[in-house]
Amino acid sequence: MDDVFSHFDLVLRAFGQTLALFAVSGVLSLLLGTLLAGCRVGPVPVLRRAAGAYVNVLRNTPLLIIFVFVMVALPQLDVHLGFFTAGCLALTAYTTAFVCEAVRSGINSIGLGQAEAARAIGLTFGQTMRQVILPQALRAVVPPLASVMIALAKNTSVAAVFGIMEATARMRYFVNNDVSARTTIFLLFALGYVVVVELISAGAFGLERRWKVAR
Amino acid sequence: MSSVLFDTAGPRTRARQKVYSAVTLLVIVGLLAFVVVRFNASGQLDYAKWEPFVTPDYVVALLQGLLETVEAAISSVLLAIVFGLVLGLGKMSDHRLVSAPAWVVVEFFRAVPVLMLMFFLFATYGGDGGLSPYWCVVISLTLYNGSVLAEVFRAGVDAVPHGQAEAGYAIGLRKSQVMGTLLLPQAVKIMLPAIISQCVVALKDTTLGYAILAGGIVMVGKGIYLEFQNQVQTAVVLAAVFIALNMTLSWLATRVQRRLTGDRPVLQVRGDANSGTAV
Repeated sequence: MDDVFSHFDLVLRAFGQTLALFAVSGVLSLLLGTLLAGCRVGPVPVLRRAAGAYVNVLRNTPLLIIFVFVMVALPQLDVHLGFFTAGCLALTAYTTAFVCEAVRSGINSIGLGQAEAARAIGLTFGQTMRQVILPQALRAVVPPLASVMIALAKNTSVAAVFGIMEATARMRYFVNNDVSARTTIFLLFALGYVVVVELISAGAFGLERRWKVAR
Repeated sequence: MSSVLFDTAGPRTRARQKVYSAVTLLVIVGLLAFVVVRFNASGQLDYAKWEPFVTPDYVVALLQGLLETVEAAISSVLLAIVFGLVLGLGKMSDHRLVSAPAWVVVEFFRAVPVLMLMFFLFATYGGDGGLSPYWCVVISLTLYNGSVLAEVFRAGVDAVPHGQAEAGYAIGLRKSQVMGTLLLPQAVKIMLPAIISQCVVALKDTTLGYAILAGGIVMVGKGIYLEFQNQVQTAVVLAAVFIALNMTLSWLATRVQRRLTGDRPVLQVRGDANSGTAV
């Protein structure tokens, strides 16, 4: 256990890496997922199909296999990304599909009258989405999106398998080194994840309350 | 084509949409062409690299790996249902002494990454004479999926109209009888689609066993790509297998959903399977 506390900077740096992976892929997948959801409900059939296919393929592939693609297969095609970039790419590609589904369900939950009214005053599809539907839909999907983000925070652990020194990889390192205090080390790192997850939950709860509109 | 979100297109809009479609198609075709050219240039389309996947011996090995993966997934889902039922009932208990620990366990295992749990179990209880990697995978998945299912069970029981329980108490049933004979049987119908979706999650998560050298299809795949240097092809084949399996499961969930619950909205659970709680 002294091992961990005398090298506590390593623990903090590992969680820093976890948070960096989470933040970069979280922001990217929120943006791309919303865009994809727009394509999925939009009037252009080709875009609708393409977005649907993307979601179906990515959502049903295990994250580990997406990591194998990015970390093992891409170098074979002479595409060389850094570890961190590759990790973010895999996590973003995977999470985008879930964000898209969450946002789409939010769009479906908005009352029919809203879209009808928007069309009645002559807004185009883009205007309807931007000014009427999405502002309401995104408020409605805060809780499911928070679940997706919590999943993402935990999913960053898969990067440990492919040589990124984030929290899970660091835990493995300490657990293998310090035989006597394995359970304590595990609980310490687990506590770190619990804190991250609770922070996301609390943030989502705050946003939900703040953005709540009378409907 | 029209939906609530947009009108049936007039001539100008149709023309514009045709342009959008053409551009999208061009981009998609361009991407595919790029991939094919790239594959070709780096020799990824050579028959030798794909050959293992049409060679009977390797196909059999892959199928055996898949069987192991599916086996681990099924065992962990079955165990998770039991574990989740216990935790779910615990959470619903009127006694603080029962519900508080159940709550702590659920929250803990939902917040901890499955992979970290696997590493820990394998390092601590694995090794000679200890748990095999297979059981480390099954136990980790049981703990995680059980905690998620506990929440599903609770939401399912909550979704049964309250009049049912009240009627049960009115005719003098005990708490356990109300739960066992009235609420749970009706809740099962509501929960089944969510449970099947959780199977998709469990099946995807079993691949993580790769990290602690548990068998399964990814290990077999690694053996193949280390021998033939066909990383790309192996990744494609593995992805295809999982997509096919998971889409079948999702299709089944939708069928069951329609059959059992009709137009009732899908059960909403905080952090449920459909929101991609797990890997």
